[in-house]
Amino acid sequence: MMHRTRGIRATAFTALAIGSIVALTACGTSSGGGDPSGDAVEELGEGEGQVSILAWPAYVEDGSNDPDVDWVTPFEEDTGCEVTSKVYGTSDEAFNLMKTGEYDVIAASGDATNRLIAAGEVVPVNTDLIPNYEGIYDFLKMQPWNSVDGEAYGVPHGYGANLLMYNTEVFAQAPTSWDVVFDRASENAGKVTAYDAPIYIADAAVYLMTHNPELGIENPYALDETQFQAAVDLLKVQRQSIGEYWSDFLKQIQAFETGDSVVGTTWQVTQNVLADSGAPTAVVLPEEGATGWSDTWMIASDAKNPNCAYMWLDYIASPEANAAATEYFGEAPSNEAACEFRSEGSCEAFNAGDEEFASQIWYWTTPIAECIDGRTDVECVDFAQWTEAWAEIKG
Amino acid sequence: MTTTQVAAEHHPVPRPRDGAPRRLSSFLTSHPRTRLALLLTAPLFWLVIVYIVALALLLVTAFWTVDSFTGEISTEWTLDNIITVLTGSLYQTVTLRTLGVALMVTLIDVALALPIAFYMAKVASPRAQRILLIAVLMPLWASYLVKAYAWRSVLSQDGILEWLLAPLGLSTPGYGLTATIITLSYLWLPYVILPIYAGLERVPDSLLEASADLGGRTWRTLGSVVLPLIYPAVIAGTIFSFSLSLGDYITVNIVGGASQMLGNLVYTNVGAANNLPLAAAIALIPIVIIFGYLAIVRRTGALNNL
Repeated sequence: MMHRTRGIRATAFTALAIGSIVALTACGTSSGGGDPSGDAVEELGEGEGQVSILAWPAYVEDGSNDPDVDWVTPFEEDTGCEVTSKVYGTSDEAFNLMKTGEYDVIAASGDATNRLIAAGEVVPVNTDLIPNYEGIYDFLKMQPWNSVDGEAYGVPHGYGANLLMYNTEVFAQAPTSWDVVFDRASENAGKVTAYDAPIYIADAAVYLMTHNPELGIENPYALDETQFQAAVDLLKVQRQSIGEYWSDFLKQIQAFETGDSVVGTTWQVTQNVLADSGAPTAVVLPEEGATGWSDTWMIASDAKNPNCAYMWLDYIASPEANAAATEYFGEAPSNEAACEFRSEGSCEAFNAGDEEFASQIWYWTTPIAECIDGRTDVECVDFAQWTEAWAEIKG
Repeated sequence: MTTTQVAAEHHPVPRPRDGAPRRLSSFLTSHPRTRLALLLTAPLFWLVIVYIVALALLLVTAFWTVDSFTGEISTEWTLDNIITVLTGSLYQTVTLRTLGVALMVTLIDVALALPIAFYMAKVASPRAQRILLIAVLMPLWASYLVKAYAWRSVLSQDGILEWLLAPLGLSTPGYGLTATIITLSYLWLPYVILPIYAGLERVPDSLLEASADLGGRTWRTLGSVVLPLIYPAVIAGTIFSFSLSLGDYITVNIVGGASQMLGNLVYTNVGAANNLPLAAAIALIPIVIIFGYLAIVRRTGALNNL
């Protein structure tokens, strides 16, 4: 009896297991990915009453974090599109969240945009339907990270550099170089922090461009095997001094407040929050230059609310909204007229509209095997290997 | 009142009619297997869907690969992920680290749980016993995240631990593996105390008295009478702390500083790296370890004690 039951059970289990495997193999992965070259819409209809937005922190503020910071409510009142938003911490996280198909609009950095386009997650945008597109700086339009074959895939939002944050009680003098987190990181062993994403390898590459010129790095996102290895080795040494990595900017804020982190890469918005709470921190753009971002508002290929999505793209590109959002995050605006709406001197602080400055920031870009610095004699290390190496660096 | 009495007199209990429910009920009485099948269909369906299918899915996914640029899964069968996980030094290091943490947490929890459970079961008055039981269960009412974040501020550089230890010339361990072990030990302690307490409750006091009558001193009694009797209960407790620690990634994320455990590798591969197949392959490591552990434990008979 005992044996028979077990026999039946085993058979049933095996049958089930085989059945589910067959079923899964058959239909498991048909989802995701569409035709990368979808067509932009010709005209807009009525708003759908809601829009779902995926964005970096501080990009979509409706006053719930800070009652004085709110540029979503005017949009909702004007268009009747109720905004729901979700923030993300890294481009990789954003890319995966987009794959769920839950979002109509995304604010993506250059290291996500091309992947989103290639995966068919976003559609070309008809800029004729976005009146405020006119006002965007020309040097931000139709760039490799927001267009493909002369077709725009979104509206530029803002750009800025990743900064070096330090504790003013620990550093009597403001550091001028990234060496405080690389070659001299051991001076603050256990209290150094770094951005928890594979793209951070480019920060090490930017540092090596100045400090190890014989490697011949021309672009931190186009690294051949030797250059890549040098950057990874540098980060492995840095790892010994790292207290914790951050990808959630709130966690970084807390770590700087308590003194668990005293130096590391950061965003301007983090400093803004810390300054408000009176924490002894400051930021600096080190002399080696820095990695940075140039963000684009894009529309999902399976957007459930395309009309409201277009309305949002137009609204956030307007001088007023663009000024509010980019000033709060701490970056340069994309709309030329936005500076009139920002507080005194804030545009100058970020060198808004300064093409020369903008070209010196190494904007996040997805590394691919075909070197983007134009070299054809070598193969570059692609993003999959960056991801793998990042896990190894963390150990 | 009166009406009911009258009604009862005039209408004696009606004979059950030959309706559909009645026929069904007599059918079920005479067909025990059908009865069992109907009873178990819903729970078994659930079990199969969430448990067996999920595991099968995991197993299958581990043999696929992912296009790194577009992030799409390609269903060509390959052993690459399994080979990477088995031979990659990263995965070996992290597996050993995770095992170390899980073992340390288990050891600490057992060491703490034994005296507490013994006091609760054998020494405390019934009143104190109830209070202690509530005290042990109380932390389970609070959210896991709240407790982990509480430890984050306790262990911080300007946290309460630093303040307590500074006069003694010591300092907080800061965020790292030590912090992870402390926090996990705290989180899983109730799960270890409860089975050991239940095991001790079942040890008759008369045995302890008999041992004393025969000249056994405290340690002798504990070693030769109590421990062998509660051994399965202790093992049951360790299964909880060991397997829960092995799969954890949130605590280590909050207080672990820069260190990673297996759970983090799975998490980053699902979340950031978008490499579901590799994540599935990594997730098989703790499953294999737990199965191994359960196989060993099964010989002790502890599973009958869960």
